Amino acid sequence: MKKKATFLSTLSGTIMFFGLWQLAALAVNRPILPSPVVVVPLFLNNMTAELGLHFLASFTRVLAAIFVATVFAAPLGLALGQMPRIDSIASPLIAIIYPIPKIIFLPVIYVVIGISDFSKVMLIAIIIFFQILVVVRDEASNLKKELILSVKSLGAGRRALFRYVYLPASLPGVLTALRVSVGTAVAVLFIAEQSLTTWGLGYYIVIETYQVLMYPEMYTGIMGMGLLGMLLYFAIYAIELKVSKHMYVE
Amino acid sequence: MIEVQNLYFGYGEASCLFADFSFTVEKGEAWTVIGPSGCGKTTLLYLIAGLNKPTGGEIRINSEKITRPRPSTGLVLQDHGLLPWATVLDNTRLGLKIRKFYGPDGKHSPADMQMDEKKNKERIDYWLNWLGIGRLQNMYPAQLSRGQRQRAAIARTLVLEPDLLLMDEPFSALDAPIREELQKVMFQFHQQSKMTSLIVTHDIEEAVVLGEKILVLDNCCNRFPKIVPNDLSGAVGKRSDPDFIMKCSQIRELLAVCANSPPLKEH
Repeated sequence: MKKKATFLSTLSGTIMFFGLWQLAALAVNRPILPSPVVVVPLFLNNMTAELGLHFLASFTRVLAAIFVATVFAAPLGLALGQMPRIDSIASPLIAIIYPIPKIIFLPVIYVVIGISDFSKVMLIAIIIFFQILVVVRDEASNLKKELILSVKSLGAGRRALFRYVYLPASLPGVLTALRVSVGTAVAVLFIAEQSLTTWGLGYYIVIETYQVLMYPEMYTGIMGMGLLGMLLYFAIYAIELKVSKHMYVE
Repeated sequence: MIEVQNLYFGYGEASCLFADFSFTVEKGEAWTVIGPSGCGKTTLLYLIAGLNKPTGGEIRINSEKITRPRPSTGLVLQDHGLLPWATVLDNTRLGLKIRKFYGPDGKHSPADMQMDEKKNKERIDYWLNWLGIGRLQNMYPAQLSRGQRQRAAIARTLVLEPDLLLMDEPFSALDAPIREELQKVMFQFHQQSKMTSLIVTHDIEEAVVLGEKILVLDNCCNRFPKIVPNDLSGAVGKRSDPDFIMKCSQIRELLAVCANSPPLKEH
């Protein structure tokens, strides 16, 4: 059984985070580490202005990538998990590609797909794609033969098996894969947004603020990106708690 | 009710589990099938359930040839086969949901099926309570004991009102006291419902307790059914009576004759 994160544990974590930040700011006492007392109000202020738009651009890209990756990886994973013969052909290839950090393909993707938002989305989607693919495939192949047989004996054909067994069986896996890979996705987004765009938090942090030494503003961008990762993480986590109730029972 | 006619089956070319094997189960009879592992008893059950296809011959249930799982056949397996992500209530409802999903098509669900939500709910409550797990409706399988899970699996099957109940070693993973308790429950069920049933087991006592007729299979290619009539079924509390012990040793001897000689011809 997994352990639930509670509201209280999240709150105490947040308080400790800002407390440590403040202490570090006092200790370092240089412009590169402004105090949260300066950054947080500035952040709240800027979020309703231009920073908000950068945030929205990044957010949209990640969401689009999650969508594209799930739509392609989940059905493919299900199919591979159910067809051991095809899986045995494909799995060595997947095993080789899986650990390669996909960010290294950034220039290739730019050249092949072109310099557009689409190519940035594709890069992130590829990363998430493999995470979901592997998890869903394993979940689907781990389903006990007896489970499938007894559901078949209740009258289920292919469609009902998909609806009542494969879909609910792989959903928690998809969500966990998403939650775990969302951090990497945001990290890659940060790199991808540093060039060939004028919108997005990566652009804001590196080009608009860091390179012109606007440190407090840079920190608002960092907070934005941190928040983006956190929001996605907890949103997926909340859905997981709903969907995978059986994993959290005492 | 069940007519197995000239059945041939084997896994692959060389293997032979059944050859020209025939027997008939009458409506309302409770049968047990016993044999050593690898003798094909589970295979026979799957064949009757329509989950395996015979290589030769045919199986008819109510004169209808079996080519795929039949909606009115209930099947309970050794591993309960409950969905781990669904509560006992949702698991019990699963068969009804699948029937609703397809509608009364005669293939996945009985053609004369009627979907009355209120009646369905009553039936679910009835069987859950009858099997003594009414209070566990909102628990997940992982929270239940093995015996309770098996009860839930039985409830899920009975809710569909089958006319034939097939069980594959349903109690063999249970501790002895719970196993005997469930044997009692299933015997009572048969007495009340008079439902035709076929229970596969490797336990001689279980075969005697649950079967009005006992089909003994062996490890060589099964050609002639060895059928033992048994008037001791339901003798749950009489396991140490001389009659019971004699019946058990009769079965034990039948299990042992296999490889040496072809069984005496009854044909």
